[in-house]
Amino acid sequence: MNTISLERRRLGDEPPTRSAAEDMVVFERVQKTYDGRTLVVEDLNLAVRRGEFLTMLGPSGSGKTTTLMMLGGFEQPTSGRILLEGQAVERLPPERRDIGFVFQNYALFPHMTVRENVGFPLRYRGVKGAEAARRIEDALEMVQLGGLGERRPAQLSGGQQQRVALARAMVFNPKLILMDEPLGALDKQLREHMQIEIKQIQQRLGITMVYVTHDQSEALTMSDRIAVFHQGRIQQLSDPVTLYEQPENRFVAGFIGDNNTLACELAGTENGLVVVRMQDGTRLLTTGPAGSPGESMTVSLRPERLGLDTGSRQGAHNRITARVLDKTFLGDRVRLALEAFGDARLVASLPAAEGAAIVPGCTVAMACAAADCRTLTR
Amino acid sequence: MWLPAYATRSERLGRLFVVLFAVAVLVFLIGPLFVVFPLSVSKDPFFTFPIKEYSWRWYADFFENTRWTKSLVNSLIAAVFSTALATLLGTLAALGISRPGFPWRKAVMALMISPMIMPVVIVAVGAYMFFGALGLTDTRTGLVLAHAGLAIPFVVVTVLSALSTYDANLTRAGASLGAGPVSVFFAVTLPLILPGIVSGALLAFAVSFDEVIVALFLTGADQRTLPVQMFSGIRDQINPTIMAAASLLTTVSIALFVLLSLIRRVRRA
Repeated sequence: MNTISLERRRLGDEPPTRSAAEDMVVFERVQKTYDGRTLVVEDLNLAVRRGEFLTMLGPSGSGKTTTLMMLGGFEQPTSGRILLEGQAVERLPPERRDIGFVFQNYALFPHMTVRENVGFPLRYRGVKGAEAARRIEDALEMVQLGGLGERRPAQLSGGQQQRVALARAMVFNPKLILMDEPLGALDKQLREHMQIEIKQIQQRLGITMVYVTHDQSEALTMSDRIAVFHQGRIQQLSDPVTLYEQPENRFVAGFIGDNNTLACELAGTENGLVVVRMQDGTRLLTTGPAGSPGESMTVSLRPERLGLDTGSRQGAHNRITARVLDKTFLGDRVRLALEAFGDARLVASLPAAEGAAIVPGCTVAMACAAADCRTLTR
Repeated sequence: MWLPAYATRSERLGRLFVVLFAVAVLVFLIGPLFVVFPLSVSKDPFFTFPIKEYSWRWYADFFENTRWTKSLVNSLIAAVFSTALATLLGTLAALGISRPGFPWRKAVMALMISPMIMPVVIVAVGAYMFFGALGLTDTRTGLVLAHAGLAIPFVVVTVLSALSTYDANLTRAGASLGAGPVSVFFAVTLPLILPGIVSGALLAFAVSFDEVIVALFLTGADQRTLPVQMFSGIRDQINPTIMAAASLLTTVSIALFVLLSLIRRVRRA
């Protein structure tokens, strides 16, 4: 495990030693408060690996942007250390950190042409003449803006401005690139296109990127790893699949995708599976962390993992009898609002063909695999 | 007039009243110009209407009389230097005040703006006593300093308004791209707030060029400015040359105003 988990740090363990070559950025016990009372960032420990695309995901006010601003040098941590390639940078001004930054509103210089904008960082690095011109052209080519060098930012569309901002942040080969919700202002189609394009550029150049967004699907699409922020803390740090399949706590389970969260208590363990008792006494086979028997916990279950019981399912699974309260047609799928385990509400999402015969008021037999039922203790 | 078709009779009547009232206000404000300018080109040495014969003699008199030309030069010198000083200090003040986390912003702003609100005669008396102790009365330096003080709020206000539309992320972007604070200021901030600074400078020039009360207190015969010269001219003898001087002053003010509007139009485009 390359990252310091919050659990370990709370227990006061020493952080595992890591080679500076592997970690581009390390946050060590970083705290930030603006008013001296509330901590916007509480005890942040995070390592960004060289060459990875790391997303800080969270609702507004979760501390993700503040963390990015501290890394960029626009905010100072109240306490703790930030290491960039092994060197402490908390006291280093932004212009000496060698970090590219793409702002939410792009922050292109309106009085300069595209070429002057992209050439700006080269001016302050002593790159001149033909060399500068070549690098500017290369950067513009990379974002497919060759030939628009003489335009002003105001003459470009939102997507083009976004590309200029990206080219400008990359042209000086910074150590890493930070992005603060850079696609927020674009329409859905362009946003999805730019997600793929940014990811491709990042992979092609092998550059380290730290990306901030509140859009969970954007995070899942683009990231190598995602740090979920909530209330100034990292709730979970994992790759997108793990984050989706194995949320570590209720917040992550609810924030990433749709999820049913059901109250239950621990009954015991059985063949490596966790057995829980629902409020009406139904036993459910689940996976995930287990506490002590009788402890109340939560089971999370994705709507699309709850299917009709066809009797043909492989492996350990659960049968659930539920009453259909409502059915919503979504085109390719139907969404069922169900009542099960007494009066618990849950949602199932079925392929439209499978759900065609179901009408509100009827009782359905549902099934789900134990692997898809995740226990949450927090 | 500019009312929807469904406007009631009383709404139409109300609108008519507003328009008439606005016209009356404008006539009242601009009316004096229509007296001063014709009188300045009347040949008659007495202020009489209607004007029988037109002539530029009072303008010729203005430019031949060294008392008038000297006061004009004095005014220009005082205005240029106080404008330069007010623009520099006012811009720096605005930059500081607009920074996030500037302490006691409201109190500092109130102090900074106070010359705009305070009765000028109080500023004049204060400056007279204070500068007297420093030996600055009857000097150009004293006049320039006092006028700069009066003009600074105008620069602060216009530059602050320019900065309010300035995106602080541009400064951050400049820094992230490797430019230090001074470089960022000259390469990014200054070009973008320049229209605001020039507007402030034009207002500062107008403040100094038209100012009479402080100048009355602080100037001797050698530094006498054009408005002061007019003021004493009116007291001593009524002479149509004053009308010529007044027309010139007005022309300069109008020119400054036109320039200001042009700058604002360019800024918006």
